Amino acid sequence: MKADALSGGFFDPVFGAQAVFRALLRALSRPGEIENLPGLVRPPTPLNPAAAAVIACLADADTPIFLDRPLAESEAVRDWIGFHIGAPIVSLAGRATFAVISDPEKMPPLADFWLGTEEYPDRSTTLVLQVTGFEGSRTLTLQGPGIAETSALAPDPLPARLIGQLEENRRIFPRGVDIVFASRHAIAGLPRSTRILNGAA
Amino acid sequence: MSTAQEKPETPYNFAYLDEQTKRMIRRAILKAVAIPGYQVPFASREMPMPYGWGTGGVQVTASLIGPDDVLKVIDQGADDTTNAVSIRSFFAKVAGVKTTTHTKEASLIQTRHRVPEMPLSENQILVYQVPIPEPLRFLEPRETETRLMHALEEYGLMHVKLYEDIARHGHIATTYAYPVKVEGRYVMDPSPIPKFDNPKLTNSPALQLFGAGREKRIYALPPYTRVESLDFEDHPFRVQEFSEPCGLCGASGVYLDEVILDDHGGRMFVCSDTDHCEGRREAGHRGHLAGAMGAPGAEAAE
Ligand SMILES: [Zn+2]
Repeated sequence: MKADALSGGFFDPVFGAQAVFRALLRALSRPGEIENLPGLVRPPTPLNPAAAAVIACLADADTPIFLDRPLAESEAVRDWIGFHIGAPIVSLAGRATFAVISDPEKMPPLADFWLGTEEYPDRSTTLVLQVTGFEGSRTLTLQGPGIAETSALAPDPLPARLIGQLEENRRIFPRGVDIVFASRHAIAGLPRSTRILNGAA
Repeated sequence: MSTAQEKPETPYNFAYLDEQTKRMIRRAILKAVAIPGYQVPFASREMPMPYGWGTGGVQVTASLIGPDDVLKVIDQGADDTTNAVSIRSFFAKVAGVKTTTHTKEASLIQTRHRVPEMPLSENQILVYQVPIPEPLRFLEPRETETRLMHALEEYGLMHVKLYEDIARHGHIATTYAYPVKVEGRYVMDPSPIPKFDNPKLTNSPALQLFGAGREKRIYALPPYTRVESLDFEDHPFRVQEFSEPCGLCGASGVYLDEVILDDHGGRMFVCSDTDHCEGRREAGHRGHLAGAMGAPGAEAAE
């Protein structure tokens, strides 16, 4: 294990996790709103600080994590997750409580993840998608619970095929995955309940 | 397991629960928000209070609360009942947070059986204490069956039960825990609030979270979520109406409690939401019986 895996966890485990949780709660209950998440953890690259804070807040030994290839291939990232979070890392997307994606352009289709059942729709993957920011060239117009009229979200990057998959994810409601977009220091939520008004069609 | 993370200078974990338990509850809360009206199972913990005292709501609040929060706790609309006072002082002790009785000052409001009269804002979270989260329980005692009914949206029996009310009483007799449908999908128990409060649930700017400790369920209404009380075309949903305004502050269009004044049948109706009533009296509003109870604020008017 490299030395940098041992540092860079929450500066304050109790209040750090509480602050991240409230940001997550606001993000997922108000889709489209951007929540700032200033440097609460210092993870090794290519794991970004906000994505790392989200899994440090929510994941533990009870919650398998799927990592996309650039993250899974980083020994420092695997060690950091092992030391600070203690979550098992799984290679099957369909077995993951959480998934962290560093390169959304190459991620597996949403339907490959854990989608829950009609009886237990809560037993599904929460994906954390790392993005560079929220001023991308494609703006999603959103409607649904948490949104007074409509809201806008422009994660960058936003792969075109992901938009179609998001619409399919909404169609299988109450099953489906929930998504947290994470730039280095901010997050935005896209729960399965959100409808995309300007989709691929 | 998480003891290494606890603040060493206090004998308590911050907000009582250990960090592993908070993570588990936080995960359940986020799934509840993503599936409005669906009851997420969680591993409810023993709390230092009996189940009837709102341990589900307490665990939800404990998983949310932070040093910047201002907490209000109400029981049937009042801040000063034993239940409300104990929960408020519990969090003042284990989380060191500021508490208030004023709805507008609170960032977190834990409630038993009422929704505050003052409209809530986007910066507030309302946490309900729930005794029985399953609206179909009295129709079907088996959990596996009610779960399947929710999965299949099989809510016909619920309508039959309400219609039997109409056949028997000429109207829907259910006045508390009146079932609602969330975003046209899940039938949900709003907890034993009077049906008077049901219209406050829909399209609220505030996030609403529901915690049932004994039954181990958490569910949620995100802000701006469509919540409809179940009804029939020929028997539309109607809230209770009161024949007179609040005797103390003169408010109408609020939920009133009946108070017995003496042995000779003397009685009056007063606001159930004590903060709302006091706020109105401080603003100079007077009811027709403002002197009758020697209530604070009443003397000043005489
Ligand atoms: Zn009053």
